[in-house]
Amino acid sequence: MSVETRHRIRGGVGESVTRPDGVPKVCGAFQYLDDLRADGMLWAATRRATVARGRIVALDVGTASAMPGVHDVITFADVPGRPYQGQIVPDQPVLCDGEIRHWGEAIAVVAADDPETARLAAEAITVDVEELEPVVDVERALELGDVFRHFPVRRGDPEARGDVVVEGFYEMGTQDQAPLGTEAGLAVPDGHGGVDLWGPSQWTHVDHEQLVACLGLRPEELRVHISGLGGAFGAREDLTLQTHIALLALRTGRPVKQHYDRADSFAAHVKRHAARMWYRHEADRDGRLVKVEARMILDGGAYQMTSQAVIANAATFAVGPYRCPNTFVDAYVVRTNHPPAGAMRGFGTNQACFAAESQMDRLAAELGIDPLELRLRNALEPGDALATTGQVVTEPLPTSEVIRSVAALPLPDDEPGDDPLRLPGGTGLTTPPDRVVRGVGYAVGIKNLAFSEGFDDYAEARVTLTADGAEVHTAAIEVGQGMVTVLIQIARSALGIENVEVVFDDTSKIGSAGSSSASRQTQMAGGAVLRAAEAARSAALALAGGDDLDDLGVWRDGELVMTLAELAERGPISEWVRFRHPETEEPDENGQGRLHVDFSVAAHRAVVDVDPELGLVRVVQIDIAQDVGRVINPVQLRGQIEGGIAQGMGWAIMEELVFRDDGTVANPTFTDYLLPTILDMPPVEAVLVEQPGTWGPFGAKGMAELPTVSVTPAVVAAIRDATGKALRRVPVRPEDIVFGDG
Amino acid sequence: MNVNGRAVTADVEPRTLLVHFLRDDLGLTGTHIGCETSYCGACTVIVDGRTAKSCTMLAVQADGAEITTIEGLAADGELHPVQEGFWERHGLQCGYCTPGMIMSAVGLLSENPDPSEDEIRHGIEGNICRCTGYHNIVRAIEYAAAKMRGEEPAPAEWETQEVTA
Ligand code: FES
Ligand code: FES
Repeated sequence: MSVETRHRIRGGVGESVTRPDGVPKVCGAFQYLDDLRADGMLWAATRRATVARGRIVALDVGTASAMPGVHDVITFADVPGRPYQGQIVPDQPVLCDGEIRHWGEAIAVVAADDPETARLAAEAITVDVEELEPVVDVERALELGDVFRHFPVRRGDPEARGDVVVEGFYEMGTQDQAPLGTEAGLAVPDGHGGVDLWGPSQWTHVDHEQLVACLGLRPEELRVHISGLGGAFGAREDLTLQTHIALLALRTGRPVKQHYDRADSFAAHVKRHAARMWYRHEADRDGRLVKVEARMILDGGAYQMTSQAVIANAATFAVGPYRCPNTFVDAYVVRTNHPPAGAMRGFGTNQACFAAESQMDRLAAELGIDPLELRLRNALEPGDALATTGQVVTEPLPTSEVIRSVAALPLPDDEPGDDPLRLPGGTGLTTPPDRVVRGVGYAVGIKNLAFSEGFDDYAEARVTLTADGAEVHTAAIEVGQGMVTVLIQIARSALGIENVEVVFDDTSKIGSAGSSSASRQTQMAGGAVLRAAEAARSAALALAGGDDLDDLGVWRDGELVMTLAELAERGPISEWVRFRHPETEEPDENGQGRLHVDFSVAAHRAVVDVDPELGLVRVVQIDIAQDVGRVINPVQLRGQIEGGIAQGMGWAIMEELVFRDDGTVANPTFTDYLLPTILDMPPVEAVLVEQPGTWGPFGAKGMAELPTVSVTPAVVAAIRDATGKALRRVPVRPEDIVFGDG
Repeated sequence: MNVNGRAVTADVEPRTLLVHFLRDDLGLTGTHIGCETSYCGACTVIVDGRTAKSCTMLAVQADGAEITTIEGLAADGELHPVQEGFWERHGLQCGYCTPGMIMSAVGLLSENPDPSEDEIRHGIEGNICRCTGYHNIVRAIEYAAAKMRGEEPAPAEWETQEVTA
């Protein structure tokens, strides 16, 4: 009998468990936000600004309000509470406050019987605008002093000198998360002055906090619920339509639904920051970094959103995963009249990584040292100090190992041949095989895990034993990444029970799990679930006087002493945990301190074929070695790696939200904003380096952002290798390859 | 028209798109809208045996047509092999592209039951996925193709992959 009770749990940590939401998702039964409906619901539509900056001289909603089928129209004046929102600094008007500050800013929202009437009514609103000169240049914004945050790093001796110096200027365009599902939501009034809201969220509790302030509600009058998301990647970190539909529902007393089209989506959610960066690296003759200086300016767009935290990442990862005793960084994020920038996968580390890794390659060339050897000589390892903040790395950090592992993978041997699919330009048949040049490039990335700078970062979870298994209650959000599977695996391994279900609670039922961002939920929500599950198991064993627990119940000396059903009746056992990671600090005035709790590293290698005459690139292969702590679910982890690589590669060669000189967006559709298709995606080989960390469940580390971070510079390095061009800007455009400087 | 084997009669406005008719009038919300500009393929359905992007068709154009949506694939509570493949081989993350991907794959396999990897890639090049990087989607379709041919699908890649410590 005891053999049976000492079984190895199936579907626990380390296995490629299939997703519990997989069956509804393949059947079309999974409920996404845009699938939600309620009886008698109205549809909302938004009127947006068409200029980047202007003063509204007349706003008339009369015609729209009078249209048959229209129930309500809201503008700035109708916001009952604090009329500004924003999770760090509330500076974004819920609706335009009279001054238009970016293209696509929401001015008014209509609720009508059907989507078509709502759209027509939104168009019928009269908006007279006196155009103002927009600020579209980050240097100009800096001159004007319009800085959201300046993050300085002063470490070591400013007079230190190396034997060799390389200086470079780098630029990156704006990237959009482009989650395949656009924003949608449903707000249902509760009949007592409150409202239930389903909206696109990565963190319902922080949405709740902002929404009650803006709507003038008591906290208990609003419940923010969790529903299916068609991707996120940072785009759902800040509010979009939530405030509007909740307000319309409260005012009309009817449920209100909205479903953005793609142009609305491009207008409404935050972007990845465009960047301009100047760097100067000094090293000794052996290639050891002596000093790094950097000046970085990120385009924050019109409102603050999460820019303050993004710039801290850009500044503190300015050097990359390398030792350097003397580091001086001035990182600014400035206000312009572009759409607001905020969170996207990598969160400020991507920009720093592109510039710093480009510099490392140039330094290697200058010194005549192999680029990988140069990186290995400087690799940041446990016990070393981070070049910027000076904090000592206390957790495992296999920087050298990821570099060596990716370099050891076999290179593709297939020459392009004459299959057009394998040539730059593809079926366009633009490129004869003999014109193709191959290039190989490397880059190494580093990312902080979870929240930094002294933020009180926690996650709550509750584990309840039921008559036939266990429930995990959480407000952590499944955005597609597979967190739901990971939480189940962790609970199974900790409880000894296989029948585990995750229940996504609304904000009234459980406390915050923090955001599904910053590569944090495996460690944070997972950490909370692990501890709650351990507590539940202990409580069950204590209650029944047993020594083991499984799906049947509690066992003692190989005898079943209490079934789960009996336990549920006697208990019920329900354990709640608030889990915090080890503390971090705010930076001092020189950017010094233990700002980050933990780090992870990855190294990418990209192989490209280029047609230098037409400037066309085909990415042939991308390989990665990544520090993951401990793998909870191998197939999901590899899925995150492959998807992350696609996004970072997209930014390297095709994805850019293009601004016209007047600050308006030129390409807010999928026809013009290019995304990697299946034909653009190269094979990926991934080496998972497991060195268990001390505080994540079972040693796991967060991993979802890094695959995106260092692939961008790796692809550009490969194109440089093929073409000899300097390529200081991403995305790399054909003209940069054909006409760019060498 | 006939949708998933059920006769459907309705009066619709001439401007109603097929995707809106399926989602809003018939409640078949498994067909998704990613771009409404015929680019992403999230809205793919099968119309008279051929795949079509339902955001580019008017509902009236489908008058009298046989339409299959994602909801019509599983038979008697059994997943269609393509559905099974996407689940078993982790061919999805957020899953928003999945119904369109599956319908395109069903269309592909009905014309070519034994596609090469390149043929699979070509067959679904009109479908965008923002989450997966596509490789597991290819594996999912290979799994389904094998099953539909009555063969045993190849073992999953991850069963043979190594992890270094
Ligand atoms: S919604 Fe039809 S192709 Fe994108
Ligand atoms: S799984 Fe999210 S878009 Fe494909």
